[in-house]
Amino acid sequence: MNQRMIVPMLGEAWHAIGANRLRAFLTMLGMMIGVGAVVLMLAVGQGASAAVKKQIEAMGSHLFVVLAGSQQAGGVRTGGGNATTLTSDDAYAIRELPGVTAGAPVVIGNYQLVFESNNWNTQVFGTTPDYMTARDWKIADGSSFDDGDVQAARRVAILGKTTAQNLFGDSSPVGQTLRIKNAPFTVVGVLAPKGQSLDGRDQDDTVIVPLTTAMRNLTGSRFRNAVRMIMVQAESDAAMNSVESGMKDLLRERHRLTNGQDDDFFVNNLTAVANSAAETAKTMSLLLGAIASVSLLVGGIGIMNIMLVSVTERTREIGIRMAIGARQKDVMAQFLMEALMLSLTGGLIGVAMGAGGAFAVQAIWQTAVQVTTQSIILAFAVSAAIGLFFGFYPAWKAARLDPIEALRYQ
Amino acid sequence: MSFATQAQGPATATRKPVIEVSALTKTYQTQAGPVPVLHGIDFALHEGEFAAVMGPSGSGKSTFMNILGCLDHLTTGRYALAGQDVEALDNDALAGFRNRVIGFVFQGFNLLQRATLEDNVALPLVYAGVDRATRRERAREMLAKVGLGKYAQSRPNQISGGQQQRVAIARALVNEPRLILADEPTGNLDSKTSDEVMDLFCALNDEGISIVLVTHEPDIAQYARRLVRFHDGLLVQDSAVENRRWQGKSAQEVRA
Ligand SMILES: Nc1ncnc2c1ncn2[C@@H]1O[C@H](COP(=O)(O)OP(=O)(O)OP(=O)(O)O)[C@@H](O)[C@H]1O
Ligand SMILES: [Mg+2]
Repeated sequence: MNQRMIVPMLGEAWHAIGANRLRAFLTMLGMMIGVGAVVLMLAVGQGASAAVKKQIEAMGSHLFVVLAGSQQAGGVRTGGGNATTLTSDDAYAIRELPGVTAGAPVVIGNYQLVFESNNWNTQVFGTTPDYMTARDWKIADGSSFDDGDVQAARRVAILGKTTAQNLFGDSSPVGQTLRIKNAPFTVVGVLAPKGQSLDGRDQDDTVIVPLTTAMRNLTGSRFRNAVRMIMVQAESDAAMNSVESGMKDLLRERHRLTNGQDDDFFVNNLTAVANSAAETAKTMSLLLGAIASVSLLVGGIGIMNIMLVSVTERTREIGIRMAIGARQKDVMAQFLMEALMLSLTGGLIGVAMGAGGAFAVQAIWQTAVQVTTQSIILAFAVSAAIGLFFGFYPAWKAARLDPIEALRYQ
Repeated sequence: MSFATQAQGPATATRKPVIEVSALTKTYQTQAGPVPVLHGIDFALHEGEFAAVMGPSGSGKSTFMNILGCLDHLTTGRYALAGQDVEALDNDALAGFRNRVIGFVFQGFNLLQRATLEDNVALPLVYAGVDRATRRERAREMLAKVGLGKYAQSRPNQISGGQQQRVAIARALVNEPRLILADEPTGNLDSKTSDEVMDLFCALNDEGISIVLVTHEPDIAQYARRLVRFHDGLLVQDSAVENRRWQGKSAQEVRA
């Protein structure tokens, strides 16, 4: 085939399809649904894994949050995080478990911050340097406080980016002294920005101070050493199960719970929460994938069927073309192009439908979706492959016609 | 190779042969068994000749034309077209011959109904791999030559039968073939339009194109230079046409 023939052949294919629009549309329906489902499937799947990745990046990886609280008979959790059964010593004990890379006791409170004439109300975390380790939170400016600062209950603070900006503007706060609940704190560092959390909270609107300092100067708990939660990081995904059960045994033992008693704490596997969302999305993707493959198969067979009909209807035309010099490969190319045009047009509409469907899913279920260039290219490649595969036999049949028989066909 | 040349037409001895056929037979294979149709034809056509083929229905004229046109294969014998042994050619080469050496004109015109006249005429050029601008130019030129220049964008169902046959002739001419094969080209036309079409063939023949034309009408055969008669699959008469109806108008005049 000569490349000069491609344009007139494309034109003819377009006319041939245009001559029977309803038939062409019905033929393309299978492709549209199939390709649409492929695009939607990829959008939902990629959206979910991107969301999980983002969530894990925002939280830190292989994390547990241990909260104080108990489970009642009905399974309703009560007093989550408000009970006073967890202590900083629990955290230090957990830290010593095998497979644990960080164990940070945390107390939390909202306080007024003052620097010169600036006021800012924000969430203050009292914790240990392990917290930064667990959340994979870097220091952008200055330094973190260390375990010595925690032991000595020094009044030092690390500011989140937003807090720093609101109190100090663009100048560096490191070395400055601000007041938290009227107690003076020296700023030693500023955290690298983390952006919004998935629930839309600004994670950089925060202050982190040593646990002991917070307990003494801010929270002033009546219960010595009681903490709100313990953030625990396992060394790997593989270690998560053993860390979880080790932690539970340890806490039951430390809290002197007998066999019949319920836990007075609960362990939240943050990675598992994120992953279960991903699992749901994956299941949905698989379902869409099944619909997609069935529709694409049906679409392909539809194209093959209509192309066979078209070859029969146009037998005489094929004879005329052969009589004036069309070679077998020219006839083959003509019908392949027609099949390809059907499948690609169907695919194009399918991509639009799939992308539209993806955004509808996003709007209705608030699920993250992602329509990527790669998935669109994949959808087109699949359409082209189907057009060529299912168009091959009809085109071959047309090319093999005997010119004289074809001319005689009424 | 030696072909028995039976050319009886005028002044052929010095010209190059376009068609050389010897001892050609054709047997159709049908469910009911083999049907012998042509029983040994010897025939030659030289450059510039214009032969009319006549004979009763079923005598094998169309069968013969289809073989000459490289649309069908002979059973035994030899056929050389422009010096080339046709049976030795593969499918692509045969298509190339149909495209460039032969122009076929059918009784039923065989135009593509969906396409404009210009696109119909340009179609052989598409298969010849000619570029778009040249295709347009050549197609328009040919349509003008057959007197239909202003119908380039019409479709076959918008013009008369005689005009459709002229479009088919334009299509046959567009690749500048050496030979035109026409199987009852006036079979569907009334006598006036038949004469117009025949004038066109004669003018083309005067330009040097060789023609073989099948007809049932003696009047039409009178336009040719040479008359060949078939009977029951045999070539039974081959003679010069006397009192030819063509006075030698040019294609320009035909068009007018
Ligand atoms: N494809 C075929 N299969 C079997 N027999 C055929 C086939 N084509 C033609 N014949 C037979 O061959 C014989 C010659 O047919 P052909 O069409 O060549 O005759 P013709 O001279 O062109 O007749 P007409 O003047 O009616 O067009 C006829 O008896 C016909 O039935
Ligand atoms: Mg016939």
